[in-house]
Amino acid sequence: MCKPLARGQEHLTRAAVTPASEPGSPVAPAFPRAEAVSRPAVEISHLRKAYGPLMAVDDVSFSVGQGEIFGILGPNGAGKTTTVECALGLRSPDSGTIRVMGTDPQTDRARIREITGVQLQSSAFPAKLRVGEIIDMYQSFYRRPADAGELAGALGLSAKRRSYYRSLSGGQQQRLSVLLALIGAPRIAVLDEMTTGLDPQARRDVWELIEGVRDRGTTVLLVTHFMEEAERLCDRIALIDSGRVIALDTPAGLTARAAGAKTVRFLAPASFDESLLTRLPEVTAVEHDGHHIVVTGTGELPTAVIVALHAAGIEAQDVRIDASTLESAFVRLTGRHPHEAEEAGEAGEAEGGVAQS
Amino acid sequence: MITSAPSRSRAPRAAFGSLVLNEARLAWRQPAGMIAGTGIALLLLVIFGEIPVFRQSSASLGGYSAFDVYIPVLMSFSIAIIAFTYLPGPLVSYRELGILRRLSATPVPAYWVLAAQIVVQTCLMAVTLTLLVTVSVVFFGISAPRNPAALVLAIALCMAALFAIGLAIAALARTASAARGLMAAALYPMMFFSGLYYPVQLMPAAIQDISHYTPLGAAVQAIGHSWVGQFPPAQPLLVLAGYALVFGYLAKRFFRWE
Repeated sequence: MCKPLARGQEHLTRAAVTPASEPGSPVAPAFPRAEAVSRPAVEISHLRKAYGPLMAVDDVSFSVGQGEIFGILGPNGAGKTTTVECALGLRSPDSGTIRVMGTDPQTDRARIREITGVQLQSSAFPAKLRVGEIIDMYQSFYRRPADAGELAGALGLSAKRRSYYRSLSGGQQQRLSVLLALIGAPRIAVLDEMTTGLDPQARRDVWELIEGVRDRGTTVLLVTHFMEEAERLCDRIALIDSGRVIALDTPAGLTARAAGAKTVRFLAPASFDESLLTRLPEVTAVEHDGHHIVVTGTGELPTAVIVALHAAGIEAQDVRIDASTLESAFVRLTGRHPHEAEEAGEAGEAEGGVAQS
Repeated sequence: MITSAPSRSRAPRAAFGSLVLNEARLAWRQPAGMIAGTGIALLLLVIFGEIPVFRQSSASLGGYSAFDVYIPVLMSFSIAIIAFTYLPGPLVSYRELGILRRLSATPVPAYWVLAAQIVVQTCLMAVTLTLLVTVSVVFFGISAPRNPAALVLAIALCMAALFAIGLAIAALARTASAARGLMAAALYPMMFFSGLYYPVQLMPAAIQDISHYTPLGAAVQAIGHSWVGQFPPAQPLLVLAGYALVFGYLAKRFFRWE
């Protein structure tokens, strides 16, 4: 419940402690610490990209701070994948500027390839190579790779090192793909639909891993239409629809902004002075529903209510938040349900496919 | 980097080694090309060597035996089979499956995978050709190649021509099955004109002329001449170099990494 607040604080702290230097990089000492911290990891402005008559990205601008987990959300065909592929230099934009750690991916792809780690929707590996052979090969591509054993352990692939790639389940292939995105210990990890096809437990394991990787200083660019994932992981989200950014905010901010009112229901052990709630700027009304108290409001309502109650020494029980969710924000802002995108994506109609056909 | 100069690829050199190692594993685990290119070539050599009539020199073959005539044919056959089995099909499926695309997002240039395949196949061809030559000389008493430098040159040009044709097929075919179709369409006529089914020397003059302008026909001539100690005439070498250049250009012009 107090996650949105905690997330905000975490973010500030992290920005301050994000290591200014690329560990072990010969370039690092040349940058004054403050400059490196303030420099965004990814900066995209007025990106535009069409495939023939199909406008994939119309006008996308955003900036991702170092150490941030930045989500790109949107319905199928919104231009999410094209946006990150342009950022990686895998596609050349028609217009607009992109800087990744200060580098233009069009003019210096070699550096981009070194500092980024990628999980693409449309990638596979040779069927008759073993998992361990693929991992070792990708590890050899980088000068300062991550610990493969540790990543394999975190992703539940340790026992699969001897298995052929073709014998892996869809979920295992997906986890291997995430592993290979992180094997180069990238400054920026770009993960496109990383938990598609994973069971809930595997999904949580991957989330935990991504949080751990971020805590060690990696910036994460996450393309997803899985709301729980965006809410859990992302510091900020750009909601993209029809090739444009239609909202850019924290998950909580996005939710509140789009949907407005939300409610907090709880049981108070004893009656208390309700003005401690009504005077909160987030609260618009306090009502009783049987023994429950129902607080309606906007913004960071749940956090504000819980903090206020806690400060007054009141222990709220049976707390239920009917906050408008990120999902309802998505629906409200794009007019589409995220699962429509998910189903379409799984049917193989992901936007990458359009681009390639 | 503070300078605006684009960075060169900084993939560690060991990366190329691991690509070669994995390509070699893949070739080993998909042994169709090895079975046909190495196994069948050796088997045919031994069978022909054991047929007495094949060992008799014949005036219509310029004083050579049918077996003598078949050695360069089998050598060019194994080069063609290995190049065609391991180059276009896997490369096109790498592209179809997104393997090349994924590689191009790493510090390793995508063409390294192509180079790794060529290294592995060249090694496989070298082993096969060495076996064919050794078996002919040691077990069937054929005199050792008299002009080894010219032989190596002829073989190298033959490989270059066939790799170029294979790459052009990979460039033009959009799917792995289309690549296999094009490959077969190119391979069977080439084998016919190389004399695999019937010695070229016994074919009508017009067909012999055509044969000399086909990649394997030219390869057989170049290999045969250098084996018996002559420097091969310019024509077959130029034909092979021409195939390498023209198809190499086509491959470069039309190849798509994704």
